[in-house]
Amino acid sequence: MARPMSAVDAAGLGRGRAVGFVLPALVLIGVFLVFPALWTIYLGLTDYRLTGLAAANPQVVGLDNYTDALRDPRFLGSLWLTVGYVGGSAVLGQAVLGFALAWVLRTRTGRLRRLVEGVVLLSWILPSTVVGFLWFALLDRDDGTLNALLNTPGFAWLLDHPLLSIIVFNVWRGTAFSMMLYSAALENVPPSHLETARLAGASVFQQLRDVVLPLIRRHVLTNLLLISLWTFNDFTPFVLTGGGPEGRSEILPIYVYNVALRGGELGAGAAVSFLILLINLAFALVYLRLLRDRRRREAALTGGPPA
Amino acid sequence: MIRHTVGRLVSTVFLAVVLAFFALPMLWLASAPFDDSPAITTSVPEFTLNNFAVILDNPYALGSIRNSLIQGGGAAALVVVLAALAAYALSRVRVPGRDVLLYLLLLLSSVVTGTAAMVPIFELATRLALIDTHLGVILVVSGGLLPAAIFILKDFMDETPTSYEESARVFGASSLQILRHIVMPLVRPGLATIAVWALASVWGGFLFQFILLRDPDKAPGSVILYTLYTEGGAPKLDLISTFSLLYSLPVVAMYLFVSQRYGFRFHGGIKR
Amino acid sequence: MISLHGLTKVFPGGVRALDGIDLTIGDGEFFALLGPSGCGKTTLLRTIAGLETAGSGTISINQRDVTCLPPGRRNVAMVFQDYALFPHMDVTENIAYPLRIRKVPRAERLAKAADVARRLSLSELLRRRPAQLSGGQQQRVALARAIACHPTAFLFDEPLSNLDARLRLEARTFLKRLQRELAVTTVFVTHDQAEALALADRIAVMSRGRMIQVGTPAEVFQRPATTFVASFIGSTPMNLLPARAAGGSLYAAGAVLPAPAGLTDGDDLVYGVRPEYMDLSPTERPDAFPGTVSVLENLGTSTLVTLEEGGTFVQAVVDEGDEPRLGDHAWAVPRRALVYRDGELLAP
Repeated sequence: MARPMSAVDAAGLGRGRAVGFVLPALVLIGVFLVFPALWTIYLGLTDYRLTGLAAANPQVVGLDNYTDALRDPRFLGSLWLTVGYVGGSAVLGQAVLGFALAWVLRTRTGRLRRLVEGVVLLSWILPSTVVGFLWFALLDRDDGTLNALLNTPGFAWLLDHPLLSIIVFNVWRGTAFSMMLYSAALENVPPSHLETARLAGASVFQQLRDVVLPLIRRHVLTNLLLISLWTFNDFTPFVLTGGGPEGRSEILPIYVYNVALRGGELGAGAAVSFLILLINLAFALVYLRLLRDRRRREAALTGGPPA
Repeated sequence: MIRHTVGRLVSTVFLAVVLAFFALPMLWLASAPFDDSPAITTSVPEFTLNNFAVILDNPYALGSIRNSLIQGGGAAALVVVLAALAAYALSRVRVPGRDVLLYLLLLLSSVVTGTAAMVPIFELATRLALIDTHLGVILVVSGGLLPAAIFILKDFMDETPTSYEESARVFGASSLQILRHIVMPLVRPGLATIAVWALASVWGGFLFQFILLRDPDKAPGSVILYTLYTEGGAPKLDLISTFSLLYSLPVVAMYLFVSQRYGFRFHGGIKR
Repeated sequence: MISLHGLTKVFPGGVRALDGIDLTIGDGEFFALLGPSGCGKTTLLRTIAGLETAGSGTISINQRDVTCLPPGRRNVAMVFQDYALFPHMDVTENIAYPLRIRKVPRAERLAKAADVARRLSLSELLRRRPAQLSGGQQQRVALARAIACHPTAFLFDEPLSNLDARLRLEARTFLKRLQRELAVTTVFVTHDQAEALALADRIAVMSRGRMIQVGTPAEVFQRPATTFVASFIGSTPMNLLPARAAGGSLYAAGAVLPAPAGLTDGDDLVYGVRPEYMDLSPTERPDAFPGTVSVLENLGTSTLVTLEEGGTFVQAVVDEGDEPRLGDHAWAVPRRALVYRDGELLAP
């Protein structure tokens, strides 16, 4: 009882003032986050356009936008591109490279480690348009550094392999997060467990499979969920390819932009936005479920919250 | 022993390849701005600082940095103040439904992304006459950053013992005095983290600035840079590369500042 | 003077932290709230401070009803268990903080802080941050901060519990002298009975939100009102032996003892003797508890002897040099005893 459990209001704010403190933030979130999300649903059911007749007097067209989209090869193509982009750059690229880096750097200290970490982190924090331009310079057809290095002058990476280009680009851009998350996770693997496995003669692969993976499974899941969610919503490839050529790198975020804001079909764009929202929701619910389970488990471990 | 040496060698080679992969695109950023006649190809520069002088003469370049500062600073200030107030109240007063509210906020911030909300946000900004205004960018971006900011700051606040505030209360300090004298100084690392995070997000952010600002006089550096290098014809490489470097430095400096001063605290996905 | 009338507080979930507390604490009195953890003593202190609001009842300080006043307007100063020194302020700023709240001009409050610091031998430390101070120094800074605002009452929440054992004794003496000098009404919470006995003018022993006994240290020590108080007070626990009355005598643990007046045969009785009030006899006596010496605990100037007989343990304290040997047969003779019926002390 040294610290009574009844600290209902330690600061003496009072309910009224507490609400006053929370309200401004909630209003802003409500107007610029919640309301747009809800409005997307309504807009997606109309034929609303940026200009013309339907701009002045939009009609509710029901699910037409959705049925149109599902019949539109451009949308379906974009969906597949997105799956490839997320699978290739996030799940395969960032997660695997991030883990490999964390694993290799774990036993290293000194300059090489700091250098590698620094460069990987730098690619994460640079402004997205700067990064876009750097890759533009790297992959340029005529004077790109890559062509100069590989001695393949005139090879148009961005035109001939747009999806591959943005996948590699996003691996470069986002690996830092996975690397940091796995580094933190690997710190929690007791060295004695690995040493026991090594003494028993386990290969690196066996160590990873039998000792490391079971211990960091939740981190892996968290990582995959978050980077998939982010990559799925990533607009940055726009600054590299603008979705082109001929829509061959038009992942969903760029599709929405091109359809709604460039093409002016706000209703159709909103419908696709809503689909994105639903997919995000599925990801987020699984992720939060994971977080809550972990909290509960930790609470159980420490014998419940302190009084 | 041999296996160990081979393993070490393989890992060193791997690190070297990774290092090259990550460093390659950046080399250009390090060399071109100082090059007398930069080409797209990375090359050993003929050293000059002339490009920086050119930047100073360009009306859009300097103006865009000012715009970035206004929008980033405005959003950072707004997010820090509103998130601090909300996090403090949520940390200290047990309002019914608090946990559900926090849960919903966290859910929202990850679900309602710029991609998913760009159409209604554009519509909303148009109707509220926020297109081509700094305020529009600040409000829209802040709305998206606030949930995570509240969540992280509440973590910081939860860690400070309540006896500090109780002690101040017994001495007669008002709620605002407690907030100013005691709580704010105690959670300063958290506030700095949030401020830098918000500023960096706006500084490097592209989508909202791109769709909300048509007037190049209002556009921040991230948008100006994009328009510079996607212009038809020959992009002004000296300008672009120099500007890229200038525009990147503050972000890097801010990250270094926070991680040096307050230690890097790993908050899942704080960057986005 | 602090007066409490019918103070009750029920926490959400139905725990009665305070259950009808009536108490008057005199001017300049050093008053201890003593009890095991969870007894409501800290809640009572915090309710007096205004950090908790009472469900019902009134609190007045110097004849002023403060029940509904916020903590800052009650003119009390509180020292917390963790001292609650603001880590971002140095010693001077910490001590001067209450004055800053009261809008005392800067020069004046710095002078005042320096003055109080000097009285508590903190002058050398004025520019230090709390993290750079030892536990004892932190405690003195917390006291200085409380003194600087000239309150009508001090409220101390376990002020000595964060100090190590040796320092605690020094700080105890210091605290008692300081309170005498300042002559400010002081209420302090402790779970350490020795601390309460040593410091307080009066003690309230609490259990489950109620006051079981209020009295001077001597009263509480010599005549604990209930078996709960009896078992809680004293550094060696009191012998509490089940007893039975028959034909004007008491039968307890193999001894036949004189019974006090007003007992009826078959009452549920407990016979209580402090080990310090026992003599050890090497020869058999009917009015003594027989037993075999099973444990000897050296207390320094004396020894605690445990006698065992058929599963019943009786303890006695003997002076140095008088210790029996382990395994000896011995008889413990009560010098001063108390008899409890249904847990309550019988009058005489």
